[in-house]
Amino acid sequence: MNHPYIPHTEADIQRMLDRIGLKTIDELYADVPESVVFKKEYDLPPSLSETEIRRLFNELGAKNRRLTIFAGNGAYDHYAPSVIPYLIERSEFITAYTPYQPEVAQGTLRYIFEYQSLICELTGMECSNASMYDGPTAAAESMFMALAATKKKTRVLISETLLPQVRKVMHTYAKYRGVTLDTIPATDGTTDLAALQAELETDNVAAVLIPSVNRYGIIEDCTGIAEMVHARKGLLMMYADPSALAVIRTPGEWGADIVCGEAQSLGLPLHFGGPYLGFLACRKEWVRKLPGRVVGATTDTDGKRAFVLTLQAREQHIRREKANSNICSNQSLMALYVTIYLSLMGKQGLKEVNDLSYGGAHHLYDRLLETGLFEPVFSRPFLKEFVLKSKLPAENVHHALLDAGILGAIPTEEGYVSFCVTEQRTPEDIDRLLAVIKTLKP
Amino acid sequence: MKYYDKLIFEWSHEGRRGYSLPATPWSNTTDELPARLKRNTDTGLPEVSEPDVVRHYTNLSNMNFGVDTGFYPLGSCTMKYNPKINEEVAALPSFTSLHPLQPAETVQGALQLYYELNRALASLTGMAECTINPFAGAHGELTGLMVMRQYHMKRGDLKRTRIIVPDSAHGTNPASAAVCGLEVVEVKSTPQGTIDLNSLRPLLDDTIAGIMMTNPNTLGLFETEICEIASLVHECGGLLYYDGANMNPLLGVCRPGDMGFDIIHLNLHKTFSTPHGGGGPGAGAVGVAAHLTDYLPNPRVMRNEEGVFTVCDHEDAAGQISGFLGNFGVAMRAYAYIRSLGREYIRQVGPLAILGANYIKESLKDCYKLPIPGLCKHEFVFDGLINKETGVTTLDVAKRLLDYGYHSPTIYFPLLFHQSIMIEPTETESPETIDRFIEVMRLIADEATTEPELVKTAPHNTPIRRLDETTAAKHPVLRYAELSSEN
Amino acid sequence: MSEVKEGLYYSESHEWIKVEGDCGYVGITDHAQQALGNIVYVDMPEEDDEVTQNEEFGAVESVKAASDLISPVSGKVTEINEALEDQPELINQDAFGNWIIKVELSDKGELDALMDAAAYEAYCNENL
Repeated sequence: MNHPYIPHTEADIQRMLDRIGLKTIDELYADVPESVVFKKEYDLPPSLSETEIRRLFNELGAKNRRLTIFAGNGAYDHYAPSVIPYLIERSEFITAYTPYQPEVAQGTLRYIFEYQSLICELTGMECSNASMYDGPTAAAESMFMALAATKKKTRVLISETLLPQVRKVMHTYAKYRGVTLDTIPATDGTTDLAALQAELETDNVAAVLIPSVNRYGIIEDCTGIAEMVHARKGLLMMYADPSALAVIRTPGEWGADIVCGEAQSLGLPLHFGGPYLGFLACRKEWVRKLPGRVVGATTDTDGKRAFVLTLQAREQHIRREKANSNICSNQSLMALYVTIYLSLMGKQGLKEVNDLSYGGAHHLYDRLLETGLFEPVFSRPFLKEFVLKSKLPAENVHHALLDAGILGAIPTEEGYVSFCVTEQRTPEDIDRLLAVIKTLKP
Repeated sequence: MKYYDKLIFEWSHEGRRGYSLPATPWSNTTDELPARLKRNTDTGLPEVSEPDVVRHYTNLSNMNFGVDTGFYPLGSCTMKYNPKINEEVAALPSFTSLHPLQPAETVQGALQLYYELNRALASLTGMAECTINPFAGAHGELTGLMVMRQYHMKRGDLKRTRIIVPDSAHGTNPASAAVCGLEVVEVKSTPQGTIDLNSLRPLLDDTIAGIMMTNPNTLGLFETEICEIASLVHECGGLLYYDGANMNPLLGVCRPGDMGFDIIHLNLHKTFSTPHGGGGPGAGAVGVAAHLTDYLPNPRVMRNEEGVFTVCDHEDAAGQISGFLGNFGVAMRAYAYIRSLGREYIRQVGPLAILGANYIKESLKDCYKLPIPGLCKHEFVFDGLINKETGVTTLDVAKRLLDYGYHSPTIYFPLLFHQSIMIEPTETESPETIDRFIEVMRLIADEATTEPELVKTAPHNTPIRRLDETTAAKHPVLRYAELSSEN
Repeated sequence: MSEVKEGLYYSESHEWIKVEGDCGYVGITDHAQQALGNIVYVDMPEEDDEVTQNEEFGAVESVKAASDLISPVSGKVTEINEALEDQPELINQDAFGNWIIKVELSDKGELDALMDAAAYEAYCNENL
């Protein structure tokens, strides 16, 4: 019996062996040393039929709990228009390789060009690459990019208000490459600008990375930071939530040179952490330091408008050990996903997403304070996430909500609890969360 | 395929919309944010109706070639069939709705899948333990090299900062090494394209962290001296890294762990059938031998004695290399594939991939120059047409193939030959498909002699023809705002 | 066949230098531009940067290749050829007429390690 993915019958195999001049299929790997030929059984269960595969995955799925999400911290439960999965699952998109043959890959090349354009519009930058793996790795790559752009400088500063996973991944990358990566402390829920100014005095700082909306949900006021960093010939990098950039001041407007971040917030499913979508954009000055694939416009020999991978001399397949990054495959299909998302949502839709999230988050914030079980930590403008000080142990609140099927009150590094509200949360969801909280006794 | 010229921005009309959200039940909006924190510029997003969006992207897809469209013999990329059941199960809401910060007790099914996929990959490769946190092959390489460095660092062996990479390696290998802070030392290949032991020996000293290899190598040839290479590198205190880009032919044949490799990465989007998606998302699982498991990146998924799955960090880990647990949706597809084939059918993958490659090679070697005769594994390399007099190059042959409805093989790689054409058929292609491809390759070889201009100016039947890549690189136009301001 | 010009010094990495007093103009040879094909970008240092003999000071890129620029001498960059920023193809048109950087030489003795036109021509023929 053949497996449905493997067409060769015994007769086919014999005919093919005849052409090659061999008798048995084992002769095809006669050059593999006898001592390493694998003669045992793999430690795998036997083949499953399609019905059994379905059952297996449904059974595994049944061991998961579907929760009402009041958590963010870098992964957001936003609404996604129904048409997106139908379009991205089209065979011509999903089963294509990297568009190295542009004559038969204009579909992929065009959506990447659209994606780059949209990322530039949202961030206020002039160039974007075709995508990165996720936000944290995009941040790590932006660090290398800034070091290459500023040549002789060796140190990078990051704000303590960045998400923990962003800081961790950056530290891992920095450790092995030998980059000095230092953290600017937070003060009152935002980056400590006095501390930043003091660190910049060393004159060895290639770049500073600040979140546009930080891990407390607070919108960072970056007034004066670009001037401060540029005065020392360093670069300002910002870590942004592209969904929020529809309403909050853009990195471009703050004077940033490089912008990186996580684009999962543009309607991508939570999917237990991936696939997500890192993005990386910059001012044109730094385009030749940008890692990854980049699509540009051109024409074909008949003069038709066409698109092609360009500036390839930056990349690993040409520069080898001199390349600034090793990235090849990125998250192209997820870039298509957010391109379609942004096309559907448009100017007004993305504004409404932010208004609904903002409205719900502020409503929840006020109601939680009214319960008397929480105290405010900061009094700064926030968007869809916020932290509170809980009078009960954070873990207890978190678990009480879990028991009721709600993911919320995520304990932070400092022992605060964080909440997030998106446009997916209804007044009834919030009432249900509050009802659980009200059962807790201080 | 049909040429279609619009960009989404060119569909935009003020006042149209493609989304549907409820009216706000809340009293606050972002309008109340302080002016200095608000966006002052237009977002520049298009305003398009839902049907227009659907038609636009459907038309774009019609200009694309995929595995489902036709034969895709792209060497080194393992463009095998992408099963549809994988897509179905990966889209189950019982997985797609999971937040990555959900506590382990609420995601036992997801963790079990992650764990069992790792066990399956470990068994298929002969490694002790795996991680699927890396997002792609190159990311797997980087992660594996971090594990290698961490191993030396934890032993206090700090001077091991150099890594040996064959001159025939893909550019990603040296690039990954450099990103990991390693100095690249090239080892020469023999004229047969395998590692030259005599060039290797003098390079081995106490500054060598390890060696990066693929096996079969970039020419599709098995490194028959692998056991000697492994003992030489281990004797000098280095580790062996296996680049799993060429793992497909080994399924059912042999395992990197049994050859002496300490660290490997696998491209789940090559060997394990997950779709390439036009350039990702892929997944770059990393496997390590027993003495290196503590250095795998955080977070890790473990199974305790009661059979409960947990997510934890190890203090000796190489660090964290991803926001969460990698491209989990891709891992789901790979797991469905492995369970569908099971232990009996997965054994057929390698031998049949090798069979197809040798069949094509033997059927075309009288028209195309075969620089290294003899058996190949899952792929092989021609050095252009045998008849070089007409001036028809590998690029021309590749473009002409597009006219006949085939994707081009990998061209101009490896760099060992000037006119490389690297062909990898995979085990999912039927002999009839392969026969038709052989016919077309022979037809193109004939055309190259009888009508060379036809081949040199190919493609003729694709939505667009050859591109002006020089202007694109010299004056990069990378976004719509620049394109529209030019017109 | 590529051109070699008399009166210049040449390096094995295919750069030339034309010395005028204490300064030298550095470019890439006709042989190098032919090997690269259509040049799309020249990555140049900044004025006042120091360059060192046999060390990289920039790169020349074509569509599918990149080649490091290796300085034939040590010294300080006093000028860069700004015309190449917009028209890198000038190097393809006339490799010897379009210098890349002007360097104030710190040690004229270094020139002894370079080749003259005849030696460079022989070197190119050997390495074809």
